[in-house]
Amino acid sequence: MATTSITVAETPVVLYALRRGDDALVLGHRLSEWTGYAPMLEEDMALANIGLDLIGQARSLYTYAGEREGAGHDEDKLAYLRDERQYRNLLLVEQPNGDFAHTIVRQLFYSAFADPYWRAMMRSADATLAAIAAKSEKESAYHLRHASEWLIRLGDGTDESHRRAQDAVDALWSYTGELFETDDAERTLIAEGVAVDPATLRATWDATIDRVLHEATLARPDSAWMQRGGRAGRHSEHLGHLLAELQHLQRTYPGATW
Amino acid sequence: MAEANIPLWEVFIRSRNGLAHRHCGSLHAADAEMALQAARDIYTRRGEGLSIWVVPSAAIVASDPADKGMLFEPTADKIYRHPTFYEVPEEVGHM
Repeated sequence: MATTSITVAETPVVLYALRRGDDALVLGHRLSEWTGYAPMLEEDMALANIGLDLIGQARSLYTYAGEREGAGHDEDKLAYLRDERQYRNLLLVEQPNGDFAHTIVRQLFYSAFADPYWRAMMRSADATLAAIAAKSEKESAYHLRHASEWLIRLGDGTDESHRRAQDAVDALWSYTGELFETDDAERTLIAEGVAVDPATLRATWDATIDRVLHEATLARPDSAWMQRGGRAGRHSEHLGHLLAELQHLQRTYPGATW
Repeated sequence: MAEANIPLWEVFIRSRNGLAHRHCGSLHAADAEMALQAARDIYTRRGEGLSIWVVPSAAIVASDPADKGMLFEPTADKIYRHPTFYEVPEEVGHM
């Protein structure tokens, strides 16, 4: 027996909450994949903690998306019963963990955006989103610090760690353009003061990335070509596999609890 | 594991304002900043702390267990050092 997928009526604010919730859930799930495998015990715990922060953010955002949609979709339904094409996350966060350097660079690229983004969202005209932002900002501030300190040490470490860190920066660079995209739905919310225009955070993100890469003795790629499509549900080949693992239990045993 | 080359640190957490930092465990980290982060991630997950100290384990000078007799046993019969011969006035309350 399999559960039928749901379809969500994506008004601008519902779509907004789903996009940010999907970013958090997918990245949180990726970090959870390190549990038991991280390079050292200390980091096993750190990555799991960060993953749990993100999954907590996803829960709040999904719950709010479900309330605003008003069709009876709670956080679990939104996480477990949407198909891949209905996921609205950035392509960056679904990229596989790779080696430790890939995981850290992915986390840095995301957190260097998420931290100032949530800080700006604390002034949202939407009280619920402002409250979620206030909680998320404290978490993402630490995520940014954690990833920055690690990348500095990997880049400025041994020949091998430097090479791997540079490989990760180069491999993930083309997924960073999507952080700053907007579309009509989001422009409506920006005009209403509900959402923040991500383009206004570009300079902050650039400054953070430049500072960390410089300290890490790593080169900033000069390629300007960027991947896109995640916000509209066009994903890389990796998301389907991730969702298969994340959703299979609820799809196979609908409503299962323990 | 990579830990052979990574120094060991002792972690001290202060739970509330006014209380002392207490030793709560150890961890491996490459340097002081990473040790502080790892201490936060491992030892303050349940709201245990408001302040963290990390100290290189190598910086701790420890007494030799073989000296136990010389160092600690002579105090066993000095019961007069315990403040149990004084009457504490009730108004003082909990000391």
